[in-house]
Amino acid sequence: MTVTDEPTANPGYKQVGTRPIRPDGLDKVTGKARFGADLVLPGMLEGAVLRSPHPHATIVAIDTSAAEAMPGVHAVITGADFPDLAANGARPDDVLMSKNVMARDKVLYEGHPVAAVAAATRKQAKAAAAAIDVTYELLPHVLTVEQAMADDAPILHEGMRTRGLDPAPEVDSNIASRITHERGDLDQGFADADLVVERSFTTKPVHQGYIEPHAAVADASQDGRANLWCSSQGHFSMRTSTAKVLGWEPTRIKVTPAEIGGGFGGKTVIYLEPLATLLSLRSGRPVRLVMDRDEVFRASGPASGTSLRVKVGVTEDGQLTAADVWMAFEAGANPGSPVGAAGMTVLAPYDIPNFFVEGFDVVVNKPRVAAYRAPGAPMAAFAVESVLDELAAGIGIDPVELRLRNAVTEGSQAAYGPKFPVIGFVETLEAIRDHPHYQTELGPNQGRGVAAGFWFNAGMNSTATVNVNEDGNLTVVVGSPDIGGSRSSMCLMAAEELGIDVGRVNAIVADTETVGFNDVTGGSRVTLATGAAVVDACRQIKDDLRGRAAKTWDVEVDVVEWVDGQAQHVDGSETPLTLGELAAKWGRTGGPISATAALNARGVGPAFSTQVCDVEVDPETGEVTVLRYTTAQDAGTAIHPSYVEGQMQGGVVQGIGWALNEEYIYSDDGHLENPGFLDYRVPVASDLPMIDTVVVEVPNPAHPYGVRGVGEVGIVPPLAAVGNAIAAATGVRLTDLPMSPPRVLDAINRAAGDGGD
Amino acid sequence: MARTHVTCTINGDETEFLCEQDETLLNALRDDVGLTGVKEGCGTGDCGACSVLLNNRLTCACLVFAPEADGATIVTVEGLASAEALHPVQQTFLEGAALQCGVCTPGFLVAAKALLDHNPDPTETEVRYALAGNLCRCTGYDKIVRAVLDAAADMRSDGALTAD
Repeated sequence: MTVTDEPTANPGYKQVGTRPIRPDGLDKVTGKARFGADLVLPGMLEGAVLRSPHPHATIVAIDTSAAEAMPGVHAVITGADFPDLAANGARPDDVLMSKNVMARDKVLYEGHPVAAVAAATRKQAKAAAAAIDVTYELLPHVLTVEQAMADDAPILHEGMRTRGLDPAPEVDSNIASRITHERGDLDQGFADADLVVERSFTTKPVHQGYIEPHAAVADASQDGRANLWCSSQGHFSMRTSTAKVLGWEPTRIKVTPAEIGGGFGGKTVIYLEPLATLLSLRSGRPVRLVMDRDEVFRASGPASGTSLRVKVGVTEDGQLTAADVWMAFEAGANPGSPVGAAGMTVLAPYDIPNFFVEGFDVVVNKPRVAAYRAPGAPMAAFAVESVLDELAAGIGIDPVELRLRNAVTEGSQAAYGPKFPVIGFVETLEAIRDHPHYQTELGPNQGRGVAAGFWFNAGMNSTATVNVNEDGNLTVVVGSPDIGGSRSSMCLMAAEELGIDVGRVNAIVADTETVGFNDVTGGSRVTLATGAAVVDACRQIKDDLRGRAAKTWDVEVDVVEWVDGQAQHVDGSETPLTLGELAAKWGRTGGPISATAALNARGVGPAFSTQVCDVEVDPETGEVTVLRYTTAQDAGTAIHPSYVEGQMQGGVVQGIGWALNEEYIYSDDGHLENPGFLDYRVPVASDLPMIDTVVVEVPNPAHPYGVRGVGEVGIVPPLAAVGNAIAAATGVRLTDLPMSPPRVLDAINRAAGDGGD
Repeated sequence: MARTHVTCTINGDETEFLCEQDETLLNALRDDVGLTGVKEGCGTGDCGACSVLLNNRLTCACLVFAPEADGATIVTVEGLASAEALHPVQQTFLEGAALQCGVCTPGFLVAAKALLDHNPDPTETEVRYALAGNLCRCTGYDKIVRAVLDAAADMRSDGALTAD
């Protein structure tokens, strides 16, 4: 077993960089933690959703009378029970969101909700849902970007015209928008190149694959208010979106976050919440709605299937001269694929003087895509990092060296616009180049691949409150759902600020009425932004405590300093007052001690990752085994190194699954054929080696502890790292994901046939 | 419809509940007995989140009808710790950060106990295969495998484990 490298945390920190047990850990190893489906309320009903069996159809009529007459049934709702947001002047995106949670005039994908039922038992609810009689008029459907972009394609949304075209088009289209980025002179750039490689790539839709299905419990009252418990990446966002769909003011709903059983971007959007709320309002009883796994696959997530074409030129001494990128992303039923982010990230790691990037957001008759860990970036990086691998081989230089010669550094103009602040891309490349893994010898049928990746990271809005308790211990109150150990990071930063042991700090995720507004847990933003709010609140508390000590000693506050958890007089003339002593006397110094900080975080620190993968390919079956994997990622500062490593490892393994196995398989008639974990195969423990981590720390100067955010970038490189390793092992370049045994075997056989007798 | 009366031993306690004939043991444990530490991830035996020991055998509770549990002995995640101490594998999961979201954790802990109960000194490969029926989407399994190996070592040094 390889030992995981210790990050080189700032030696000046006493708490930050240590690895305490997380505050919510005990509840999670003893079964006490309550996730979305675990809440039971007195008199609670169970719900079920009727979903479209067709990929594209007009709803002619819905007859719910038989269902309403069935035993145990308390409420049945359809699209007719929801307000018409378009008539109320709502934004088009909100109208589409509303129609996605409950279809109105037509269904746009298999699994699209058509009606919902609340009954005494789940069995009764499902039976009643099945008894709802829906008359459909089938419409032709499109399943791929190629089908959807064809001139004679059936149109999903009447009146939808492609944005980003000049002149504006005059016909409806399934292309929702076109994005471009460009710099320099593309023709000149390719003319300057000694070697040009052009390849086309495809990737299939993949699901985030969180183990906990979506779940929501709603309890609406006769006064038109509702309590909502749900598992999400942002309960404020659930409140806002649910209220929009219902036509309510957001504050009529109080959302209490359940523990969240994985999200990866897929739990940033509403599905069940408005349905449960309306069913509860209609029945006068609490209602619980939980998706079955096949509903999760058919109607939530996934990430876009894509089609990409990439052409890159390089000089013989390894300078990239030009890049031409074309991308089309499936959005699913409504516009909003991450093609924009893909277009911004695709060339971001490299200084390339001439480029043109063009991307299309395309609607198809599949579930509307949701964010998935660095949305858009992994597919784009698969294409570019595969081509770079071929270029390095073509000019005979090491693939890490090719990337080093073109890597962006502080001050580089990013391909998507701004100049990079302090970044650690070169450091991650050097960490892989210098890692023992990179020097080991390989055996027959084995190959090594490297790839790099970029992700912006995000800031956005956070609020945090820090309360000093009567025993001098702290409670940190945040509104950012914790999906990977963030409560622990909050405790560490608060402890560091106050100079106390982390064991004296607890952190909780509070409901929408207990803490101020917070954007979703997404964009790798929580440790950065919510962390900054916690630090800000702690600094207010330190100032407050110094003032109270000054009052106690009858001195000016500027002669009082806060050191190692206590107030001291700068000349040592007073007996220091500890946090506990000051807390015990708060009644005499101004009352309880508490502070809140609310901010829109700036100073986001971009993230880079470089990864190396060794595989062995069975030439007889096409099976690919990952032998060894090392990932180097710039964390800025690793607040809790174990959870930083965990994010890095988790991202890599999701990427390995995306590369090798995972895909949505649709029949030609638009039905998802693998809506379960048996046939949608995510990696299991026996598929994998240890995932070695090198936590690079190039602190983000704009954050009090140098945090960048670590959640997402780890999933960007693996698709190409695995593909490059397979190419090295077999001599065959695979350009279509997943690189499953049949595809690999077919590619090997075709190559042998082409070059053989 | 008349419901079926089931008597079994759950986490050491004799327990009775009423269930539908076609109800799964998973639903009975969660909804009728209130042991919500047993999680549903798929309902088809593919994810292992509902792993329990049924008569000492690692079992997906979603694949067993509740009436089949009559007379059985069942251990769930809620039964792993004593009042004084966590099970060693619960402790190493905490110390080794072997969970992120934690929803798969109950199933992994039960599966790990099932392994360590009969193999006190597993290799890394044996741990990986013993846990291959449990899906985790957060961790990439690295820290889970290490935590199980660490727990095995702790249990051997404490003399808490003997081979069958």
